[in-house]
Amino acid sequence: MHELSITESILNTAIKYAQKEKAQKVTDINLVIGDLSSIVDDSVQFYWELISKGTICENSCLHFQRIPAIVLCQDCGNRYALEHDLIPCPQCSGMNIKILSGDDFKMDSIEIQ
Amino acid sequence: MKTSRIKIVENILNANDQIAEENSRMLKKHHIYSINFMAAPGAGKTSLILKTIQALSNDLRIAVIEGDTAPVTIDADKVQAQGIPAIQINTGGGCHLDAPMIRSGLAQLSLKELDLVIIENVGNLICPASFKLGTNINVVIASVPEGDDKPYKYPNIYRGIDALILNKIDLKPYIEFNESYFIKGIEILNPGVRFFEVSCKTGEGLNAWTDWLKEKIIHFKNE
Repeated sequence: MHELSITESILNTAIKYAQKEKAQKVTDINLVIGDLSSIVDDSVQFYWELISKGTICENSCLHFQRIPAIVLCQDCGNRYALEHDLIPCPQCSGMNIKILSGDDFKMDSIEIQ
Repeated sequence: MKTSRIKIVENILNANDQIAEENSRMLKKHHIYSINFMAAPGAGKTSLILKTIQALSNDLRIAVIEGDTAPVTIDADKVQAQGIPAIQINTGGGCHLDAPMIRSGLAQLSLKELDLVIIENVGNLICPASFKLGTNINVVIASVPEGDDKPYKYPNIYRGIDALILNKIDLKPYIEFNESYFIKGIEILNPGVRFFEVSCKTGEGLNAWTDWLKEKIIHFKNE
């Protein structure tokens, strides 16, 4: 359900900008999604095909650019990527860490005809 | 046909965030303080709301917006039994409340007659984190039986919140709950967040929470 409301937001945003440009058709949508944003690409894709039908976005292609979650260890200055779980610094085992990136959840651009 | 690229760079949840801003302005205009309570199912959201109402209802006019995934009014009924208006929002299976739902909830309340709106989000540690509602504060209620690893498994919900309440501390003797591990996870995600330990069953620790909240509301009203 979370992905459905997200996908609806993607559709509304794409249509809004495409109409502004008087586009006939949207061919591609480029999304930037941080790994911390708990979005499943496949699920968005699934809803996309359903809800874009009959709109100028029908048959358009969604592209997901994934941004890794990067954290900074404030004890030793090490920067590392979080693969799955929240983990202590692999260099010094410190837990005094700060999340630098990975929250991104943006539409970067659309391609239109 | 020629294809051209249109640069956008817009937050996908921008539409929700804008309505959250409107909600915030609407509440502010009426000098109403607001709280968004988020938690896993069974953490004690309704119990804590009832305790908070008991502590504050002599001084403040309160209403509650209840988010539920099914059209059951169990939580709303408990609130109304205390003489407090409660609006039930049925998300129809949806996993979170969003800003438009709160806007329609607020439209059903007599805002001129209120000081505090309490929102009980849908029981879920994932989706509510992404949807701003426009409240003054966001609060997560954790509970001892959920386990000490939740900050590590559901990090997003603990980030950006204003207070964390650990409920059911009366169960500590019976459950393996490594508190320092739990707190360490919270500290990583949200350094310096206000932390309260309570038991809605025994009443332990509730005064610290309600005193803090009262102070926040007084400060807001005097702004």
